[in-house]
Amino acid sequence: MERPSISTHIILIIGAIFMTLPVWVAFATSTHAPETILREGLQFWPGGHFFETYNEVLFVEGGVMKKVTAVTMLKNSMILGIGFAIGKVVISMLAAYAIVYFRFRLGVPLFWIIFMTLLLPLEVRIIPSYEVVANMGLLDTHTGLIVPLIASATGTFFFRQFFKSVPDELLEAARLDGASAWGFFKDILVPISKTMIAAILIIMFVVGWNQYLWPLIMTTQEDNYTLVIGIKQIYQVLNEGGELPQFQKAFALTILATLPPVLVVLIFQKWFVKGLVESEK
Amino acid sequence: MAQVELRQVRKTYPNGAEAIFGVDMQIADGELIVFVGPSGCGKSTLLRMVAGLESVTSGEISIGDRVINDVSPSQRDVAMVFQNYALYPHMTVRGNMSYGLKNRKMPADEIERRIVDAAKMLKIDQFLDRQPNQLSGGQRQRVAMGRAIVRNPQVFLFDEPLSNLDAKLRVQMRIEIKKLQRSMNVTSIYVTHDQTEAMTLADRLAVINEGQVEQMGAPMELYSNPRTLFVASFIGAPQINLIPVTFDGTHLVNGDIKLAGYSRLPTDAPLVLGVRPDVLSLRDDGQFPVSVDLVEQHGGENLIYGSLAGAHSDTGESQEICLKAGQELLPDMDDRLTLGFNPDESFVFRADTGERLK
Repeated sequence: MERPSISTHIILIIGAIFMTLPVWVAFATSTHAPETILREGLQFWPGGHFFETYNEVLFVEGGVMKKVTAVTMLKNSMILGIGFAIGKVVISMLAAYAIVYFRFRLGVPLFWIIFMTLLLPLEVRIIPSYEVVANMGLLDTHTGLIVPLIASATGTFFFRQFFKSVPDELLEAARLDGASAWGFFKDILVPISKTMIAAILIIMFVVGWNQYLWPLIMTTQEDNYTLVIGIKQIYQVLNEGGELPQFQKAFALTILATLPPVLVVLIFQKWFVKGLVESEK
Repeated sequence: MAQVELRQVRKTYPNGAEAIFGVDMQIADGELIVFVGPSGCGKSTLLRMVAGLESVTSGEISIGDRVINDVSPSQRDVAMVFQNYALYPHMTVRGNMSYGLKNRKMPADEIERRIVDAAKMLKIDQFLDRQPNQLSGGQRQRVAMGRAIVRNPQVFLFDEPLSNLDAKLRVQMRIEIKKLQRSMNVTSIYVTHDQTEAMTLADRLAVINEGQVEQMGAPMELYSNPRTLFVASFIGAPQINLIPVTFDGTHLVNGDIKLAGYSRLPTDAPLVLGVRPDVLSLRDDGQFPVSVDLVEQHGGENLIYGSLAGAHSDTGESQEICLKAGQELLPDMDDRLTLGFNPDESFVFRADTGERLK
């Protein structure tokens, strides 16, 4: 490969600054007193109110919302993100396993029907989904929040492609070794899909974490707010006015909301890349 | 230990394609049978039917006294070695070898004993805790064989197990497989497209062509007494010389070439004369005037390729001919040689049906 030239570096650096600058400004502003922000606008350099703001947001009741703290919202977001990711991986792996390894009638058309739902965003079916969940009495529960979202055409498609690339001889060797259908899945297919599973878990965690519309209509009590909903609520309060706007808290909440997905991607980056480029089976 | 029997076995795929057209075969206890044939001839399909990986459309396959048409692969008591080894990539060598035994609920100490025995026999005992991707091709091949051996099956099935190895290793593994099979005395079926492998390994060979067994017998019997044109052309390296001829009542004729010593052949059908390269020799009174095109020196022997003067192949081009000679015979390009052979050592086939007439 050609050695990257100076101009390539410059373009990359500009791009990186362009991407990170808003995040930095949000962080710097969150460490100032509300009066400073009101008087002088956004801040570029960190101020002296870091511990005060973050402590209030994270731990003090009434600090951000009427009663929930950011820790509770973090917990809710975590449950949604993890439940969403695990649910999607489990469902889509099982679906892909059925589609690839079992010759049942209508298997191929069924796959394409699943695949076509990729074209339909959640918003298209959000009213019927809400109706179903509401009738089951699952509003304001974690189950109701997660289960309607875990069917995944994307995940099914990825796993289908991966399973198709696994040599048939592996299945045949396992059959001769006396493995049942479930045994082959659990002893062979799942272990060799490890990196693939990791990659999809990470993507889906971030997607789940960032869910907005569904948690918004699903949760009515503050106790069940996720961070993303919390951010929406706090900005809404800011706009409605009344007391001194607490911009620093809104920014702090935003920073807190971006941290976990960033951390997950940073920590699992190696697996993530490996899962996407894996060739050795 | 068991004999294997195939009775009128047929295979038709759901899309109507026919792969196997009625195969009958009896394999004795402890025998090593090689299925050999060109790619796509159905030899692997036949093996996979014995393994249970392909269904049997009609006919019967039995191992021992048991008809196994509808028995699941794992219950057939057969073990298979695949071309690409098919080792479980995430398991250690030990894991690979024990997986089938664990599924059979064998006690752990018995599993360990069998693994250690098989690993010693295959000289892979120092690799037991490695993963397949840390092993060379030859070692993976041994692990694949180990996985078959620990099962202690009634029948071993080999599906072109050596074709992913380099030439030297292939010869070495071929000898080891033969020795192992001898010492374990397990009935084995071995599929290959390599006729050298087939000749050297087999107790008996089954030459398969287009879904049928053309001929079955000991390697040397097939070599010296082929029943069809296909068998003659497939068995033997370098390949047999095949010369299109007609019979005029007293001689076999191709252009200027007239060969005496043949009788009772049809005069109204195109024929093919088969002469093995090692049957030909330099003779002053020989039947074949040849001009040399190329000499391949193989060390101990030279293969001399030339064109047969005055004769034409089916396509009207000059007729190629090959002679296997000692290393002392080293003619130049375009040298003229006269080659002869004893008619009793040649074969004559019908060109249309491939049937052998003499």
